[in-house]
Amino acid sequence: MAAMLHTIGVASPVASGGVFPDHQSNKFAVSSLHSLPVIRSEARSNLSSLHESYRAGKLIAKAVATKGENAAASGASKPGHELLLFEALREGLEEEMERDPRVCVMGEDVGHYGGSYKVTKGLAPKFGDLRVLDTPIAENSFTGMGIGAAMTGLRPVIEGMNMGFLLLAFNQISDNCGMLHYTSGGQFTIPAVIRGPGGVGRQLGAEHSQRLESYFQSIPGIQLVACSTPYNAKGLMKAAIRSENPVVLFEHVLLYNLKERIPDEEYVLNLEEAEMVRPGEHVTILTYSRMRYHVMQAVKTLVNKGYDPEVIDIRSLKPFDLYTIGNSVKKTHRVLIVEECMRTGGIGASLTAAINENFHDYLDAQIICLSSQDVPTPYAGTLEEWTLVQPPQIVAAVEQLCQ
Amino acid sequence: MAATAFSASKFTQSFSLNSTRSVDRPPLFPASHPLKTTPSSFLGSTRKLSLSSPSSSTSRRRRRRPSRSPAVVAVSEVVKEKKSKSNVSLSNPLITNEEGLELYEDMVLGRSFEDMCAQMYYRGKMFGFVHLYNGQEAVSTGFIKLLKQEDCVVSTYRDHVHALSKGVPARAVMSELFGKTTGCCRGQGGSMHMFSKEHNLLGGFAFIGEGIPVATGAAFTSKYRREVLKEADCDHVTLAFFGDGTCNNGQFFECLNMAALWKLPIVFVVENNLWAIGMSHLRATSDPEIWKKGPAFGMPGVHVDGMDVLKVREVAKEAIGRARRGEGPTLVECETYRFRGHSLADPDELRDPAEKARYASRDPISALKKYMFENNLASEAELKAIDKKIDELVEDAVEFADESPLPARSQLLENVFADPRGFGIGPDGRYRCEDPKFTEGTAQV
Repeated sequence: MAAMLHTIGVASPVASGGVFPDHQSNKFAVSSLHSLPVIRSEARSNLSSLHESYRAGKLIAKAVATKGENAAASGASKPGHELLLFEALREGLEEEMERDPRVCVMGEDVGHYGGSYKVTKGLAPKFGDLRVLDTPIAENSFTGMGIGAAMTGLRPVIEGMNMGFLLLAFNQISDNCGMLHYTSGGQFTIPAVIRGPGGVGRQLGAEHSQRLESYFQSIPGIQLVACSTPYNAKGLMKAAIRSENPVVLFEHVLLYNLKERIPDEEYVLNLEEAEMVRPGEHVTILTYSRMRYHVMQAVKTLVNKGYDPEVIDIRSLKPFDLYTIGNSVKKTHRVLIVEECMRTGGIGASLTAAINENFHDYLDAQIICLSSQDVPTPYAGTLEEWTLVQPPQIVAAVEQLCQ
Repeated sequence: MAATAFSASKFTQSFSLNSTRSVDRPPLFPASHPLKTTPSSFLGSTRKLSLSSPSSSTSRRRRRRPSRSPAVVAVSEVVKEKKSKSNVSLSNPLITNEEGLELYEDMVLGRSFEDMCAQMYYRGKMFGFVHLYNGQEAVSTGFIKLLKQEDCVVSTYRDHVHALSKGVPARAVMSELFGKTTGCCRGQGGSMHMFSKEHNLLGGFAFIGEGIPVATGAAFTSKYRREVLKEADCDHVTLAFFGDGTCNNGQFFECLNMAALWKLPIVFVVENNLWAIGMSHLRATSDPEIWKKGPAFGMPGVHVDGMDVLKVREVAKEAIGRARRGEGPTLVECETYRFRGHSLADPDELRDPAEKARYASRDPISALKKYMFENNLASEAELKAIDKKIDELVEDAVEFADESPLPARSQLLENVFADPRGFGIGPDGRYRCEDPKFTEGTAQV
C-alpha cells in the first residue's frame, strides 16, 4: 500500500497541487508541500479537477474562479462513472463481498429491505440471506455476534441503522470489539467493520441526530474513520473491510445523496490518511464529514475576501493523521477546527490537545475549535440550525485567527 | 444401580414448585414433535403459532408419572433403551473404564487447580478477582470432554476449569493468573479473560452475558462455513457457559432468539448454582425454572442434575449431537453449586450452612468415584495414581509460573491493534500519527 502511494505521488508531482490550480499555481511552485507525494496519493490526480468541478457544481459554487482549461485538458470522454454516496458505499461493499467470501453484512433491514439508506440494496438477492443477514432488533447481541464471527474467521460488516442505536451495542463495541485483541494477548483478531449514519439530519429529533463520534474515541483498540464524499466513502469502506483492526465507519445522514464521478478502476484508500481538500497558505482548517461542506462554502467567501485557507478533511478520527496535519501546521501556523461533534470531549477537543502537544512551537495563535452546541439536537428547524456550526461562524473565526 | 448417589435433591424448601427432579422433565423433543421445524431455505421461523404450548403441558403431565430411571435424562431412543436396560443390571454402566478415568482426571484437575489458586491468592501470588469453580466440575467435564478441538467454548469469569477441560495446559493458565508473559494471554487477560486460539476457547468475559453473543457469533461462523463457504464437513459446535444471574439479562434472551431463529449450532449451558454473589436466584427471577425459557424461544429446554457428571454427559451428548446435525440450539440448565464463595473476596456469609452441607454431600468427584467402584470401572490404586499425577501437575504449573518472567515494559503497547502496519506508515517510513506512545504494532504470541 505504501508503495502504491509512493508511485502515484511521484508520478504526478504537478497535479499534486491540482485541486484548485488556477490562481494558486504560482504559490504552489514555491510551496514546500508541493514536492511531497503524499498529498494527492489517492490516484486521483488526473481526475482531481473534474472531481472538484462536479462536486462543486452539485453542492457549492466553486471556490476559485475558473477551471475551464483543466476541464478541457482532461480529455473529451469523462473517465469513471457518476454515482451517489450511498451507491459508492454499496459498490465498495459489493466488490469486497465478491472478492472475499468471508465478508458478510449483518444489521437491521439490510437484507430484504435493502438497508434503510439503501446502502445494501440488491445485495441480499445476490449473495443470499446468510451473507446479508437481517437481524432482529437486538443491537448489543448482533454486534456481539458479529464480533464472535470475526474472532472465528469471518469478516462481518455490522450496520447500525443509526449510529445512535449503536449506543445499545456499546458494551460489545467497547469491551469486546476494542479490547479482545489485547486481552487475549494478540491471539484473536477482530476484523469487523461497524458502520452507520450519524450526525444531524433535517429535523429528525434528538435521538436520531446524535453526534457521537467522540463517545467511541477513547475505546482502546478500534479505529474510527468518517467518510464525506462518494470517492472516499468507497475507498474507506474497502479499506475498512480489508483491515485487520475493528473499524468504525461514520457516515452522515445528509451526505448519502452526494453525487460524484469516481474512477472505474478499483482503489482502496488509506484508513489513517487525511485528505487535502484545498491547499492554502494562511490558515489550516481541519474538518470532517458534513462540516467539510460548510467549510468549503465559507472558503468561497474567504477567498473573495482575500484569504487563502488550507482545508484538510481529517477522515481518520482515530488515530489522527498528524503527519499531514503537522505539515500543514508547520506551513500556515494557524489552526481552525470545524466539527459537528459536541464541544465537550469532542473530536475537536482531542485534536486540539494533540496539535498543541506535538506542534506547539509552530503555532502563531491559539487553536480555535468550532463545534456544535452541547445540547440534544432540537427538533425546531431554526434551533437545529443554530446547534451546528454555520459558514458565517467559520468566516468570522478565520478572520479572527488571521488578524 | 447406584441410584442414591445420583438422585436429584429438591430445591430449598421455600420454593413452592414441585420437586425439580430431573427425571420428570422430558427435556428434548422426540423426532416427531410438532414444534420441530421442517428444513427450508428461508432463514427465519417457520413455526405456526399455537395457543397451547406442548412443552409445558407435557411436563406437567409427566410430573405425575412414576419416576423412570433416575440416572439419565435424555429422550433420544437409543439412550432410553440403554437406560431401561441399565435400570435392571449393573453390568451395563454408562461409561467405559477409559472414559471414567478421563472424567475423573479432568474433575480432579479442576478441583486441585482451584484449590491451589486459593492458596496462591492468599500467599499474594495472584490478585484481583478470582472466581473458583469448586463443586461445579461435573458441568465442565461433562460437556467439554465431548467436544473436538475445533469446537468453541465461551465462558464467564469463572473460566479456569473450562480452560483446563478444553485443553489449555495448566501451566499456561497458572502463569496467566500470576500475570507472567508465559500465560495463555501473555499476562494481559488474567483470571477472568482466558483465551486460547489453539484450543478455541473464546474467553473469559467479565461482564455477565457478554460472552453469549460472541458464542452465537462463533456458531454463526460454523453455519456460514457450511452453507456459504460450502465446507460440508464443518459441524463445529459452540458451547456458551453462564450462570443463573445471566438468565435475567437481555443479551441472554436476545441470543436465544437469534440462535433458535437461525438454528445455530450452539448449546446454552446454564450453570445454575442458585447464587449470583449474594443474590439468591429465587429472589431475582420471576420464574426460577430456567429451562422453561428455552421452549419460549423455540428450542428444547433441559434440566439436569449438574452434580452428576454422568447425567450431564448424557444430556450433553444429546444436545451437542443436535447441534452437530444442524437441528439447532438447546438450553441446558444444570443444577449445581459452588462450594466456595463467589470469589476469593467473598466472605460467603449469606448462604445457609445446611444448604452447603447438602450439596457437599453430592460432591461430583466423590459421586463419580463411588460409581466407578461400584461398577468395577476402576480400582482405588488407579484413582490414587491419578490424584498424585494431578497434584504433581499442579505443583509443576505453580513452579513454572513462579519462574516465568514478568512482562517487559515493551509489551504494554503491543497488540492493541492487529494490523501489523501499526498506524499508516507515512512516506517517511514513520507512523503517520507521529505518536509512539499510541501503539507499537503487533507481536507474535
